[in-house]
Amino acid sequence: MEKDKKKMLGLYRLMVTIRQFEIMAGDDFAAGVIPGFIHLSIGQEASSVGVCSCLRKDDYVTTTHRGHGHMIAKGADLNKMAAELYGKKTGYCKGKGGSMHIADFSIGILGANGIVAGGLPIVTGAGFSIMMRKTDQVAVCFFGDGASNRGTVHESMNMASIWKLPIIFVVENNQYASTTPSTYSYSVKDLSVRAAGYEMPGITVDGNDVLAVRKAAKVAIERARSGYGPTFIENKTYRIRGHFEGDPQRYRDQEDVYAQSTKNDPIERFGSTLSKNKVLNDQIIKQIWNDVSLELDKAKEFAEQSPFPEPEEALEDLYVNVKTTGWE
Amino acid sequence: MAERIMSASAALAEALIEEMHRDQSVFIVGEDLTAHSGIFGQFKGIPEKYPDRIIDTPISEAAIMGIGIGASITGMRPIVDIHFSDFITCCMDELCNQGAKIRYMFGGQVKLPFVLFCPDGAGLRGAAQHSQSLEAWMMHIPGLKVVVPSEAADVKGLMKASIRDDDPVVFFQHKKLFAKQGVVPESDYQIPLGQAAVKRLGNDVSLLCYGAGYYLCQEAAVELYSRDIDVEIVDIRTLKPLDIKTVAKSIQKTHRAVIVHEACLTGGFGAELAALIQDEMFDDLDSPIKRVAAKDVPIPFSPPMEDFVLPSVSDVISAVHSVVYR
Repeated sequence: MEKDKKKMLGLYRLMVTIRQFEIMAGDDFAAGVIPGFIHLSIGQEASSVGVCSCLRKDDYVTTTHRGHGHMIAKGADLNKMAAELYGKKTGYCKGKGGSMHIADFSIGILGANGIVAGGLPIVTGAGFSIMMRKTDQVAVCFFGDGASNRGTVHESMNMASIWKLPIIFVVENNQYASTTPSTYSYSVKDLSVRAAGYEMPGITVDGNDVLAVRKAAKVAIERARSGYGPTFIENKTYRIRGHFEGDPQRYRDQEDVYAQSTKNDPIERFGSTLSKNKVLNDQIIKQIWNDVSLELDKAKEFAEQSPFPEPEEALEDLYVNVKTTGWE
Repeated sequence: MAERIMSASAALAEALIEEMHRDQSVFIVGEDLTAHSGIFGQFKGIPEKYPDRIIDTPISEAAIMGIGIGASITGMRPIVDIHFSDFITCCMDELCNQGAKIRYMFGGQVKLPFVLFCPDGAGLRGAAQHSQSLEAWMMHIPGLKVVVPSEAADVKGLMKASIRDDDPVVFFQHKKLFAKQGVVPESDYQIPLGQAAVKRLGNDVSLLCYGAGYYLCQEAAVELYSRDIDVEIVDIRTLKPLDIKTVAKSIQKTHRAVIVHEACLTGGFGAELAALIQDEMFDDLDSPIKRVAAKDVPIPFSPPMEDFVLPSVSDVISAVHSVVYR
């Protein structure tokens, strides 16, 4: 365990926040309050918190369709997050994005993405921009095992490598690309071996151990910040929920899911480490879960009470200096 | 205002050098930019003047376009060069799903001031994958602006405006027109996006065109004048945003329109423009609107076939005769 107890408690609380946000989102989706489709990151909290807790506010992150956790871990506002999921005017994107398209450029979040592996070329651009502007920022790209098979990954990792761009490629291997098991869709045991093809360090980490993730992330971030270039981190984790809420999940045995959620829960595992080290006890755990719950109640209330956008607002925000559709 | 005769290519390089001098955040990125100053020599002088701001990339169009997006949302003004416009198919997700939509879907939080520079067009025996004119695809994506210059002076003024524009601009430069000479002002001028130009005054028919189509119209105009038909030529210049007012003014005078483009006919810019004209100016028209465009096949290699597929001066002349009924 790391020495800074306050920091450790902060990480725990952040993981609980993501978990509770996701449960709330799942419930509200099931209740029909949240429209569209949503993809939850329950069980993957250690990866987002482990990486993002090592970043500065001005560092960049691109995330995915399963991006709520990364947003929250990077410091996103829960009210605006909830309101966006609800399709409200007060949401991060004024209701134009929804769950798959949330961003907060003020804290370096360059966007979730509805296109699998869509974030990689964008993060390459952010890394390129850092190089051109000669700052010491870094850029993190979260993507999944499914995304890792797209061509944009190759193009982006190669470019990052030749220019030594300050990028950390974080693949969250949650074992399933939609319905397809990861064992079916690639031939290697660990995706991190692919880094060797770019002369880039690659490491596979127990992605449900937040401290292990942090350890790998710190090394990679320090390396990137010091001008030595990109790193590829594979966080091995497990997707507890379906690909999307409502997924019938005929492709896997629910007993496996149960086993993972009881024996490999990243929050329980971290909680147990903290308890052993006397940072946490049952009472503090209860307190944290309660506090977070109250915070999320407020976010939900904010979302519920916020107005929907006026329909005509659909014509705004397309161009900077041309109103509506650009034909005028 | 001092003027010189120069090629479109030189006018482009001049615009880029002026803008790179004015704004440190402007840079050029793409494949094979420095060895020969671009594969058409279009970046002449820039590698020497700004070696750190014209960057060669591996052959990776998706990531190149990603640089345009990622750098523009983090404070830069990238110019992304794609060898041949045909290759934008290799970065369509980045361009259409990301670049065109990021500002909108994130609620206007950010702007994307990048220019995608695409040499396009046929006539060089480049065959099916190096000759297309894809401007209609780009026009169909809300969030992009589309520029297609014809003359050297337009290239300079429109490129400067495109770089300074805060939205994504797809800039199509016809490959055959790089060498075309024209009068270009020396000054720091911009041609605003969304401003067409009436380049020949006439009373009988409005020829609505852009890019290579403009030169077909100019040639046709001379011949038609000898046949006592006086055409007006409107160079559209920016397809999106579109200057429908200038088009309307011309049609209200001539009451007839022929739309000319090198891109193939079906679903092209001509279809959109014809629809707009009939919608907004139906009562002004004295005859149906005609379109002159390439035939609906991929561009073939063999010269007689390519020439047959592309629109010609005589196609423009025939179309004009058919709308003036003489």
